[in-house]
Amino acid sequence: MLQSLEHEGVELIFGVPGGAILPAYDPLLDSPIRHILARHEQGAGHMAEGYAMATGRVGVAMATSGPGATNLITPLQNAKMDSTPLVAITGQVTRGAIGSDAFQEAYTTGLAMHCTKHSYLVTEADDIPAIVHEAFHLASTGRPGPVLVDLPKDVLTQTTNWVEPDLRGLPGYRPTSYGHPKQIKAAIDMIERAERPVLYVGGGVIRSGASAELLQFAETVNAPVVTTLMARGAFPDSHRLSLGMPGMHGTFVATTAIQKCDVLVALGARFDDRVTGNVAAFAPHAKVIHVDVDPAEIGKVRNAEVPIVGDARKVIASLLERVKALRDASDFPWRKEWFDQLEAWKSSHPLKYAQEEDGPVKTQYFIERLHSITNGDAVVTAGVGQHQMWASQFWGFSEPGTWINSGGLGTMGFAVPAAIGAKAARPDRLVYALDGDGCFQMTFQELITASTERIPVKVAVFNNGGYGMVKQWQNLFYGGRISASDLGTEVPDYPKLAEAMGCVGMRVDHPEEVDVVIEKSLAVDDRPVVVEVVVDPDEMCFPMVPAGGSNDDVVMGPEDL
Amino acid sequence: MQHTLAVVVEDKPGVLARVSAMFSNRGFNIHSLAVGPTHEDGRSRITLVVDAPELEQFKKQLHKLVNVIKVQELEPSEALESEVMIVRVACEPPNRGEVGDTAALFGARMIDLAPKSITFEVSGTPAHLASFTDQMRPYGIIELVKSGRIAVKKLSDLSPSLVGGAR
Repeated sequence: MLQSLEHEGVELIFGVPGGAILPAYDPLLDSPIRHILARHEQGAGHMAEGYAMATGRVGVAMATSGPGATNLITPLQNAKMDSTPLVAITGQVTRGAIGSDAFQEAYTTGLAMHCTKHSYLVTEADDIPAIVHEAFHLASTGRPGPVLVDLPKDVLTQTTNWVEPDLRGLPGYRPTSYGHPKQIKAAIDMIERAERPVLYVGGGVIRSGASAELLQFAETVNAPVVTTLMARGAFPDSHRLSLGMPGMHGTFVATTAIQKCDVLVALGARFDDRVTGNVAAFAPHAKVIHVDVDPAEIGKVRNAEVPIVGDARKVIASLLERVKALRDASDFPWRKEWFDQLEAWKSSHPLKYAQEEDGPVKTQYFIERLHSITNGDAVVTAGVGQHQMWASQFWGFSEPGTWINSGGLGTMGFAVPAAIGAKAARPDRLVYALDGDGCFQMTFQELITASTERIPVKVAVFNNGGYGMVKQWQNLFYGGRISASDLGTEVPDYPKLAEAMGCVGMRVDHPEEVDVVIEKSLAVDDRPVVVEVVVDPDEMCFPMVPAGGSNDDVVMGPEDL
Repeated sequence: MQHTLAVVVEDKPGVLARVSAMFSNRGFNIHSLAVGPTHEDGRSRITLVVDAPELEQFKKQLHKLVNVIKVQELEPSEALESEVMIVRVACEPPNRGEVGDTAALFGARMIDLAPKSITFEVSGTPAHLASFTDQMRPYGIIELVKSGRIAVKKLSDLSPSLVGGAR
């Protein structure tokens, strides 16, 4: 099994051992593969995701049977929703004991059935090389995703000869890479005639590594770009064509541009409800060109006039080729009216917040200061909620793989372990987790992993004493009845908690000290750092389109309600 | 609405569970299910009759299963469908001639003869089996079991009854 993993080029495994997986842990001592011992299997799974999202390579998580496997379910579903390449290796009770309610038994492949791209129960050691090879192939090709390999303990102790594997075992798996030439032509015809086009860029552009092609394409056809939560970093925010993130908490200009566009070019995006709001009212004037490697995404939510099945990078390259064959790019329609309109929306409805000189620190302010001090040269991870939205809104992204968050599943507690995985993968990069206090309390124990394994991540914990987004909804839609979303601010003492885990702990509660504390956190390079940022508990996240509402009705602030 | 789906899959453990789970996840009821080997080694064909709304998106999701090789929806008008039924009819000796004559018209084969019942095996289209059941009902049906429906695409204009729908 280890030889198979080495053959796939695995360099890091994130895991937790246990009875059934012991035979796989023993040879790890002699393997060049580094094992990072997480403190909880969920942490191991998110670390593997962080690794995968920072590198584009397959992340590997390993756990034992029963509770080890069930603890991996959340990362598996998270990776499925965000199309993250992941291979999970789990131990299983011996073959003869399967189905007998043996100690630490769970029906792992059954549990994994709906939260993986595919799963395997290995019944003979002879099958291991082929199955591991297939698992990595499935995880990393087509629409990437998680694959689970479940190994009974007695299979792991069988004697077998390792053989070079091939992919003969996948007769039903043939992902389409190249877009159909007829559709490429139809798409370009439509884009050329468009008066108000928008490129709606999703996570598929990041997964396929299409940023360079996208930049060239957007400039050539002169079309504005919106990047979804999963695509932040796929296109530089500082570019004149960038409109930012669309949707529930997106910028007004991005959300509105889609509403008013006549041609919407979806590139590796899946029309998620957080982007569309009320689907019936979404982009009502738009003809849709939909590029996706997964044929099931096309027409799932919104019918496409020009469907193109294929890998985003290859399709964008073909589109670009077609444009260049057609005409000199310089005489592509300039669409001045459309860009004037977009500029007007940008300046009339900017992202905004008010940092009072003496008032409580605003999360947005800290994020802006961190971006400015680091020149944005960092990999940032986030949990889920207000802080995640503010990070997406206020961090100016300039390259792919620098924004690691849980989009589809919305898994609180993702930031800390994902940051550890990313930092383990990219020790050369500054990795800063931007986390909420609620999220932090779900997975902070992984900072013990970070300390022990000498993975010096930074974590900012924005402490508003509660589940900020839940509170926001309760304030806006439940008459201000705050039910079970207050965590209080008395405990834990975050700096002390950090110190107890071998990290450097800091606290900032005044805007004037923000820069100093950021500098101090950046100066530490031998240990993880936790910065508690005591923030305004009443701050709400805007713009906002209430759930199920039309994207025509963007709420810019409390005054609009 | 009823749909007939023919799904060619790899003959591996767990494949049927994955396919059937796709239906139960969405609250669709499987009306009939037949699984068996095909002429190709390592391939099974699952024929499902399901009560479900429009299936376009669903077929794509089914195709995403790694072990699924081919998904085909068979419209009733262009499919050759067959089921096997075993039915036990209450029948005392005086009625045997009449029941036997009717059964012969449907190509039903007697497979068990007991003092108070006759058991028939009959195969054919769902409609054929339904008419036979109707004919036998007045005598009293004691037990009835049907196989899952199997189907292939029809390639000619001949009506199934002409080419042996009722054997």
